[in-house]
Amino acid sequence: MSTSTNLVALGTIVRREITRIARIWTQTLIPPAITMTLYFVIFGKLIGSRIGVMHGFTYMQYIVPGLVMMSIITNSYGNISSSFFGAKFGRFVEEMLVSPMPNWVILLGYVTGAVVRGVVVGALVLVIALFFTDLHVAHPIITILSVILGATVFSLAGFVNAVFAKKFDDIALVPTFVLTPLTYLGGVFYSVDLLGEPWRTISMVNPILYMVNAFRFGVLGVSDVQIGTAFIVMLVFVAGLSAVALRLLSRGVGLRS
Amino acid sequence: MTTPALHVKDLRKTYGNGVEALKGVSLTVQPGDFFALLGPNGAGKSTLIGILSSLVNASSGEAEVFGVSIHKNRSAAMQLIGLVPQEINFNQFEKPFDICVNQAGFYGIGRVEAAIRAEKYLKELRLWDKAHHQARMLSGGMKRRLMIARAMMNEPKLLILDEPTAGVDIEIRRSMWQFVSGINAAGTTVILTTHYLEEAEQLCRNIAIIDHGRIVQNTSMKSLLSTLDVETFVLDAVTIPAALPELPGVVLRRIDDHTLEAEMSRSHDLNSLFSALSSHGVTVTSMRNKANRLEELFVRLVENGRETAA
Repeated sequence: MSTSTNLVALGTIVRREITRIARIWTQTLIPPAITMTLYFVIFGKLIGSRIGVMHGFTYMQYIVPGLVMMSIITNSYGNISSSFFGAKFGRFVEEMLVSPMPNWVILLGYVTGAVVRGVVVGALVLVIALFFTDLHVAHPIITILSVILGATVFSLAGFVNAVFAKKFDDIALVPTFVLTPLTYLGGVFYSVDLLGEPWRTISMVNPILYMVNAFRFGVLGVSDVQIGTAFIVMLVFVAGLSAVALRLLSRGVGLRS
Repeated sequence: MTTPALHVKDLRKTYGNGVEALKGVSLTVQPGDFFALLGPNGAGKSTLIGILSSLVNASSGEAEVFGVSIHKNRSAAMQLIGLVPQEINFNQFEKPFDICVNQAGFYGIGRVEAAIRAEKYLKELRLWDKAHHQARMLSGGMKRRLMIARAMMNEPKLLILDEPTAGVDIEIRRSMWQFVSGINAAGTTVILTTHYLEEAEQLCRNIAIIDHGRIVQNTSMKSLLSTLDVETFVLDAVTIPAALPELPGVVLRRIDDHTLEAEMSRSHDLNSLFSALSSHGVTVTSMRNKANRLEELFVRLVENGRETAA
């Protein structure tokens, strides 16, 4: 297929994914908004007022970037894993597999759809946060890049999960037993500076820590990790997971007999 | 020499569980043909179609569509194929119009052209009034017609239909065949698998019968049917006497008081049969073939294959 026909195919997948997100907006957009509002009320207002200042910001201001990034990660992951596994389960993934579309177009289309959902939910949560506190974005470009890279990393991870999944339980396992613990331990609610050794060093192997801190640096201008290191970690994950996902598609794992 | 629409050479497939689904299938389908691929359940038909549509990876062998290798140039080969699968495989929550337009998009066809084609094929398959309803609301026959419309979106040179009329009532089945015959008459090569052998006999010009992963017969429909030397007729009569006449070359069987079966050579004339029956006081009121001719051959070929294998 030529570049222009590949672009048409890519646009078709992205449009279909966005249509799906909009069609089931009560499942895709509203629940994270409600959950995060509760986090803001309970952790930000009720408990946060007793915690005091962290890195020069109120606790509410400090946790907003973490909660936004948490929403982006969980929603981009959840979007792609449920959408692609749903296509496998309903067998309509075959519509794409019998077409001349190259594998990278399929992957990029699904990842773009998941990133869009992550960004929309993130923006929604950010708007809700503004009802609770004042925020001024310190580094807009770093903020945008960290959102896109963070969402891309977890979209790719969700895609790999969906390729291997054989039943719906399989796409719930990773978010429950891996993603949620890593997110909670990834500096969303606290600075790793508060941790003693060896927990501080152990936290450094958690990729979510780098994503949360890159975004926090973009919004607040403070971070627990070097911003350059954070971006290198995200880029390495994007490259590695892309290679894995393309290899799986090329071998037809879970898709072709 | 014309490039074949499909050329399959020594195609083999062994699944991970050790099942050898194809044991060296070779097949050629000429452009413009209406080709029947028949075989009992588990014979290897769907595996072969799966390989041709790139849903199944072949273990070895070669398959070319209009001279384009499916293995070496998958993308170009897939541009030439339209597939109507056996199982419903579209998103039931999408609308038929969107399903068709999206399918065109996967082939790189822009939305304006895709919308024109979707309207054309949905209208031709009498689905236009359902085009903007959720697909899950369609009846079984409508879903099958939707898959034909979807397969036509890239206007393929080779259309593969894998049991497209399974569970579809006779009226809709006939309308589907009318549509597919029209597509074939316009130049599209059609490969059909079906368990309704009567429709294969009526529609297809050439035929391959596959059993246990091997092609056991590959010839023209005409020459295959000419090999059938015995036919069985069912005769309805006013009354059937206890003692039946004896006729050379005809085996008569009394089924009940009003029904008789006559198994006879195709060269045997029917007049002598009727004369003999009449002289024994049997008044025949109607007559029909016991089974479809192709069905008889099919059963015979498959049974012979099993005896040979045993």
